[in-house]
Amino acid sequence: MKLGYYPGCTLKANAKNFEDSALCSLKQLGLEVEELRRWNCCGTVYSLTTDDLIHHVAPVRNLIFSKKANADALMTLCAMCYNTLKRANERVKKNPEDRDIINRFMDAEGLAYEGDVKVVHLLELLRDDIKFENIAKKVVKPLKDLKVANYYGCLLVRPKDIGLDDMENPRVLENLMTALGAMAVDFPYKTECCASYQTVDHPDIVAERTYKILTSARNAGAEVVTVSCPLCAFNLDNRQKATVEHYSDFEKMPILYFTQLLGIALGCSEESLRFDLHDVDPISVLKRKGLL
Amino acid sequence: MRVNISQKKVRGQFVAKVEELSGQKILACYQCGKCSAGCIAVSEMDILPNQVIRFVQLGLKDELLKSNAYWVCASCLTCNARCPKGIKIAEIMEAVRQILLRKRKDNVQIPNLRDQQKEEVPSIALVSNFRKNTS
Repeated sequence: MKLGYYPGCTLKANAKNFEDSALCSLKQLGLEVEELRRWNCCGTVYSLTTDDLIHHVAPVRNLIFSKKANADALMTLCAMCYNTLKRANERVKKNPEDRDIINRFMDAEGLAYEGDVKVVHLLELLRDDIKFENIAKKVVKPLKDLKVANYYGCLLVRPKDIGLDDMENPRVLENLMTALGAMAVDFPYKTECCASYQTVDHPDIVAERTYKILTSARNAGAEVVTVSCPLCAFNLDNRQKATVEHYSDFEKMPILYFTQLLGIALGCSEESLRFDLHDVDPISVLKRKGLL
Repeated sequence: MRVNISQKKVRGQFVAKVEELSGQKILACYQCGKCSAGCIAVSEMDILPNQVIRFVQLGLKDELLKSNAYWVCASCLTCNARCPKGIKIAEIMEAVRQILLRKRKDNVQIPNLRDQQKEEVPSIALVSNFRKNTS
């Protein structure tokens, strides 16, 4: 299986810490992935109406780029890209009529897509192909005593036939963190939406969500919260400024991509972890735990 | 709220359009309220998700199109995951948004957003917001 890597827009900007830490971790695990030479926006959200085929053109075009790169699987890190690409892929696989219309729209690409690229998330690659027990063997700095609450948000787990784990009680991040030596703490908000794109024109809703999600994680004993979506990361990290203003009892909480903790455990250098991109400082708690 | 229910409304074009765009059978909903119970955005909604469906069932187009509920919905799909009848409520919300957007009734006016609002958020937030809120 040849694996193509699809980064998506935000991993090249705000979420460079996600990309750099993931690529370093994969290298430490002995796997180098090749970024697609050409790619465009995935569309970010899957259109939910029955007739809106134009919104599936962007994700399907990326799947065509994948075919052109001879990659039969496309790996994403961003939960929104994963969801949109995978849903569009399923749509064209199951609806030959839609697939033909979308293909004809992009006939200039010179390749008709047949639905035969597999869309995978990095977490699936780590869990199903590399396997957590093998990752555990490569840990050079166990995340000993670090209490981690794992936040999934929406699009990694819903809808059921697209998500990579159980919709209501996913465990993949907990299992990974345990393999890295951390203490995974459970909290009831792990699949509750952060209010997503409402952050543009309704940041107050996001501040309220951030308050509830992070306070719940703190009450469960968490010292850091992990995420796998750059929009969740922005909302839960950056919007803490507004949360502090709205809720006097709110205590700030460091937000980390799961790949940054993976990177620490596998011995990645601090340059690839890019803590400079964080709003709420994660360095002090990591230093206190002897991890930096 | 006093409502007038008529066959003309219940069997009218609006109900048929929502069913067509969402791919859902509106009358399958028996109003248990599970969607509203799990919805993270109800505190910001003027009517609840199950009421959105009820309004569609009764063909109350004008009343529904005045509501903000389907704009506040962030398509997190929790309602879809929990509906005991397998109804995709998020698809119904999207259908109502699309009915308005296809008439150029945008919910977000991009020129009215301040530079700071656009600059502070990641591109993923802007693209998804504009795809849901603008035509």
